Amino acid sequence: MLEALKKTEVYKSIFRHSYQDTQRNRALQIVDNVFLHLHPVRVPRHATNIGYTWGMGGITFLLFIVLTITGIILMFYYRPTAQYAYEDMKYLMNDVPFGPLIRNMHRWGAHAMVLTVMLHMFRVFLTGSYKPPRQFNWVVGVLLLVLTLLLSFSGYLLPWDQLAIWAVTVGTNMARATPLLGHEGPFGPQLGMMPDNDVRFVLLGGTEVGPPTLLRFYVGHCIFLPIIAAIFMAVHFWRVRKDGGISGPETPTKN
Amino acid sequence: MAEPVNNDTAPGTAAPPAATPGPAAAPAKAQISPTPLPRKAKHDRPPEEDPGIWRMNRRNVLSVAGWLSFFGFILTSTIGALRFMFPRVLFEPPTKFKAGFPADFVVDEVSEKYKDEKRVWIVREKEGFYALISICTHLGCTPRWLGSDNKFKCPCHGSGFYKTGINFEGPAPRPLERAQITFSDDGQIEIDRSIKLIYEKGDWTKSGAFLPYQG
Repeated sequence: MLEALKKTEVYKSIFRHSYQDTQRNRALQIVDNVFLHLHPVRVPRHATNIGYTWGMGGITFLLFIVLTITGIILMFYYRPTAQYAYEDMKYLMNDVPFGPLIRNMHRWGAHAMVLTVMLHMFRVFLTGSYKPPRQFNWVVGVLLLVLTLLLSFSGYLLPWDQLAIWAVTVGTNMARATPLLGHEGPFGPQLGMMPDNDVRFVLLGGTEVGPPTLLRFYVGHCIFLPIIAAIFMAVHFWRVRKDGGISGPETPTKN
Repeated sequence: MAEPVNNDTAPGTAAPPAATPGPAAAPAKAQISPTPLPRKAKHDRPPEEDPGIWRMNRRNVLSVAGWLSFFGFILTSTIGALRFMFPRVLFEPPTKFKAGFPADFVVDEVSEKYKDEKRVWIVREKEGFYALISICTHLGCTPRWLGSDNKFKCPCHGSGFYKTGINFEGPAPRPLERAQITFSDDGQIEIDRSIKLIYEKGDWTKSGAFLPYQG
């Protein structure tokens, strides 16, 4: 019965090859799978040594996936308007089935992701994995760190409680002092920057944190920043492969 | 393809084209690779000073026009999208307000009438008025006016300011800020909190920092 199924055209069109445990098949398993094609066909023995890489990059990616899924689930209940945002957060935490679980996964996952990104960066620094030929990937990684922090910061406003509003008030007040683009920054006033046309104004959608700010941060948090981060992550993983695979201890036989 | 052909001939052939003047290296090179290499790039160098798609001629004019309109579209859409982020109308409380007529204020007194609502003190001196913003320059608390001590005192960390707004005690690093004060058309005092006058920048000598008494 199963053999007959395996001979059908439908089966063969989906699974291109059999599951025999040969070198060739094992390579094809990876190469022919859209979800695994970024993964190297062969994993060097040192790459399985958790003490060397700490697995922090992979954990960060896992957390990003968890945050994406839980974030999408939260969007079913959360409305990003000043009237409803706080109430919806309270509703999620108190009355929605599994609401506290999902929101806490999102919240704690976000905190954890900032930590794992930093630990990943720390490990790369300690093992010297930023050195040639991996310099460019370090730069991509720094951009991803910035994006992670921006995602964290923009998500912070969404509960729309006092903590969120004042934290973002303080955070965006720094944008006043942006050189050239801020109305209190160097050369800002000379270029005609005012409280109602500078870079902070674009961030807030007004001259103070208000309902337009909530909407802007929501769109940035849910659409703009994740897409940019996903693009840079694709580049980041691709460059890991292209720059010689996962970094490992220096061995005389390799390279 | 009438471009000059450089690499089409295989290097293994005994007579190299005259385009490569190599007196010493050429014979040695020919011996190292006696068999022609199969993978030799043919035209990997573009012709020099080739404008590419911008080569204007009869056959290319539609292509250039197409690219120009494409980039024009991208550019104008980007400008439009940027402008989109700057709203024309803000649903925010107005920064300007009318604070009443000059005669309502008593000479040498600090009016706390608008402190709760607008966070502004209006000080009446013999010559005129000025408006101090009631935000401590230390960490942003609201100081109090102590009439008996003739000073502003911040309850958070003890910063003290003279009646003029100059700091003299506590951790506040700089004087209080003033708001612009003018007369409106109907003779009332009008205060604009969005225009801040800062002592260290010399703003207090500007008009708007002090309103001479009229009427």
